[in-house]
Order: sequence, then C-alpha cells, then structure tokens
Amino acid sequence: MLYSDKVMEHFANPRNVGELADADGIGEVGNAKCGDIMKMYIKVDNGIITDCKFKTFGCGAAIATSSVSTELIIGKTIDEALKISNKEVIATLDGLPAQKLHCSVLAEQAVKSAVSDYYKRQGVDPYPIVGDIQKCTGDAGCG
Amino acid sequence: MDKRFIYADNAATTAVSKRVFNAMLPFFEERYGNPSSIYGIGQDALRAVEEARSKAAAALGCKANEVYFTGSGTESDNWAIRSAALKMSKEGKKHIITTAVEHHAVLHTCEYLAKSGFEVTQLPVDENGFITPGQVADAIRADTALVTVMYANNEIGTIMPIPEIAAVCRERGVLFHTDAVQAVGNVEINVAEQQIDMLSVSGHKLRAPKGVGALYIRNGVSLPAFILGGAQERSKRAGTENVPSIAGLGEAIAAACEDIQGKVKKVTPLRDKLIDGILKIESVRLNGGRANRLPGNVNASFLGVEGEALLLNLDLRGICASSGSACTTGSLDPSHVLLALGLPAEVAHGSLRLSLSEDTTEEDVDYILTALGEVIPKIRKMSPLWEDIVKNPKEYGSILELTMNN
Repeated sequence: MLYSDKVMEHFANPRNVGELADADGIGEVGNAKCGDIMKMYIKVDNGIITDCKFKTFGCGAAIATSSVSTELIIGKTIDEALKISNKEVIATLDGLPAQKLHCSVLAEQAVKSAVSDYYKRQGVDPYPIVGDIQKCTGDAGCG
Repeated sequence: MDKRFIYADNAATTAVSKRVFNAMLPFFEERYGNPSSIYGIGQDALRAVEEARSKAAAALGCKANEVYFTGSGTESDNWAIRSAALKMSKEGKKHIITTAVEHHAVLHTCEYLAKSGFEVTQLPVDENGFITPGQVADAIRADTALVTVMYANNEIGTIMPIPEIAAVCRERGVLFHTDAVQAVGNVEINVAEQQIDMLSVSGHKLRAPKGVGALYIRNGVSLPAFILGGAQERSKRAGTENVPSIAGLGEAIAAACEDIQGKVKKVTPLRDKLIDGILKIESVRLNGGRANRLPGNVNASFLGVEGEALLLNLDLRGICASSGSACTTGSLDPSHVLLALGLPAEVAHGSLRLSLSEDTTEEDVDYILTALGEVIPKIRKMSPLWEDIVKNPKEYGSILELTMNN
C-alpha cells in the first residue's frame, strides 16, 4: 500500500483541525469499531460555508480526506459543497490505495452530515436536499 | 528533538548481518554451481547447503537429515500442516487443533483444511494470549490428526508452554507442529528434548535474507512431499536450492542461537524500560503479559488513537514500528490476536508493536518514548473518539478499565 505525496502532506499538516464553538452545523459519521470517525463543523453565512473544522479518529487516508474536504468546501455555497463527490476528494489527493477508497466516501458523508444538521437547526427537513447518509453498522471493514 | 532513524520492527523483518552477508557472497559470482552438478563448483554449492543444514540442526537440536529448506516460514507452515493433514486423513484422522492467535500462515491453512473436510478446533487464549497444556489434552480426540501451536506470538510476544504441550501430544500419540518463526534465537529450543515433531523457521527474522525458511521434520514422521519435481531436499521439496540464501540461513541460525541468554539479558531491560515508559501515558494498555514474553516485544493499545495514524506519525520522526502485524497492513480489520485477548475493536485499532533487537540502544528507547509523548497527545487532540471518552467516561467504563489495570 502506497500513499501519494499529497496524502502524506495533508496527513503531516492537516488543515482546519479542531472545533467551531459557534458552528451552525455539526456532522459525525463512522464508527469506532470500524476504526474511522469523522466529525465536521461548519459555519454558514447566507448559504455560503464560511468556515469548517474537523476532528478525525482514523488512518492516514481518513485524516487526509477530512483535511482536503474542509479546503474544498470553505467558500462554497451549500449546493456546491453537496456536489463535491468522493471522486473529487480522491483526485485532489492524487489518488488513494484501493482499500482506502472508503475514507473518501466517509469524508463526503461527513460534509453531508454537517449540512444536514445545519438544515435541521433551521427547521428545514434535510432529506430532500441532502439525501441518504450512509450509516455504519459497526462491522469491521465497512464504510 | 533531532530526527533519527530507529528500526523497531524486528518482528517484521531484520537487517542481514555482515556475518551472514559474507557467508552468502561466494555463491553468487564464484561458486554459483547447481548443487545437483557433479563438477567442482556444483559440489561447492552442495557442500554449502549441507553445511547450512548441519548448522540449523545443531541450533535446533536435531539431526541434519531432519532439516528441510523452504522458501519462507509460511511455506514451512503450509507444508507441515497440509502434508500432516493429508497423511493422517488416510488413517481416518481429520481433526486439527490450533489456537486463536496463530500467524495467518497457520490460521488460513487451517481454514482451508476446514473447508476441505477437516474439523478444526481453535483453542481460545487467556487475557495475556496463552493456552495451557490442559486445554490441548482436553481437545485431543481419537481422530485428532495434528496439533499446531505457535512457539512465540508475532504480535504480542507471548511464549507458549511448548515443551509441555508437545509432551501431551507425544503421550497421546498425536503429531505436534509449532511455528517457531519468532522464537528461534530468542528462546532455548531443542526439538528432540522438547518432543516437537515439526517446527517452522524463517530466515529473515534471524538476520538472514527474505525468501528462505526451514522445516524440521522428525525422522519417523515421514510427511508427504510438498513440491514435486527433482530430488532436492530428499525429494520432499523439489526445485533448485536457493544456495546463497540457504548458506545465509545456516550462518544466521548459528549466530542467533550461539548466545540466546546473552541476547535475552541485553534486550529484556530495554524492553522493560520501554514498557514502563509507555505505561506512564494516560489510558494505555500493555497487550500480552510481562512474564514469558519475547525479549524484544512491546505491544500496547492507546485509547482514542488509531494505529495507522500512530505509525505514520512515528515514521515522520524516523521510527519504524508496526500496528499488530505487517501482514495486516491494508486490511481494515483489527488484529485477530488482539480480538482473541478479548479487546474491543476500538481498542485493538489503537495498537502499536515495537520489536527491539540486540542493536537497539537505551538512547533509541528514550527517543521512542519522547516521540510517543508528543505523538499520542497530538493524535488524541484531533480524535473525536478521545473527545467522547473524556466527556462521557461512564459510557466507556469497561474500555477505560482495560487501560487502567496495568
């Protein structure tokens, strides 16, 4: 298994690590049993994600995909952020090893989960906008 | 802290020693003959193979004609288990006894046999990874073909009571195999005195190169051939001998077994210093007990920390270590060995194995401890699992307890 330089660079210097005390939405995906938990905080102003922080329990790829996702969504509208797919996360990191592709899905789901929480706080049903967020069953190797 | 390079993964593989390297060199360019050839350089090569066999036999306490060279420890395990199963099944014996903590070479071979009509009993281990001879005695049946129990565990370093287990098997007339890949050179082994029927060795764990191993098969056991072809290895394992590597293995096993007590005395205090230092970190657990532990093995779980992230952070500081077993890199599943100890998956995910050698220094241990002192809080600071544990300790009571009883 080989990580790209980009993955290692994000792993060694993850961007936007931490929490947002005044977050407008907080998402959490993954499961400790699977070895991956991503927690994402977003600040939303006029439909634009103005800030984002993350905390991740997980492997190098989980940390790198979280880090790169925060960079991809900051400054974007919610609609634009929701369109960012795991494939874009993978491409931005110059690829991921096959057995780590699920980490990019987890990062995409973490963004959706945070946006979902934001809509709930606004009294809006997130489901028609955000859609399904994959639930982890706790079986090892899932995600 | 100035960055250094520290190799603390000697259970994964070792550097070829100068002594071994020099013993191999003549067989590449000068005495490159085929050991089956009649002329001078062929006979030189044959002599080298037979000298290596004698050295391995002296180190293991058996006769030279009881040692067979293979391509790896994994191949030795496959040969011993599959051929013993085949042989005994002809007598109607199709039951195999093994343990829950074997290396994948044994685990997957037994799983394969289970799918091929054999019944496999996997003995559970205690909280420190041990089985007892009594468990083996209780599991043996009239149709038991083979008992296979590893000598020392590759992940948590537990040294099993092999002479006692082998004695039970001999008394009951059941073949006994042990995967001694991690034990050779660390534990006093004498296959004759210890009543072992088959024993697997790997070269690259002993400072020989990768791609060579050996299998001891007691005379009288007479296992079927594993690879068919020429008459090499007494027609049991065909294929032109890997002469340089075999010469290296002979030299390496002789060197590793020359002064086992000296190595144990040198490495054990460093291991204990490392364990003591690691246990000062909050919410950490030593996996495997302190007694009957390989001299160089340290295995610990850090709560709220994911193993791969820990390894990569240590690598950034020049430290080579492993999480569980190198063979599991790329697998998302937590180590079967740690799960067999009763650890929950989230604790098993946060495991670190450091394996020291006689080249490890006290400065290396200090450097590793300093690095862990920086890396663990750094990872925990960004871990939502650790955040949750700190906020809701009651929910994690049983897990926290696992990391507090050291």
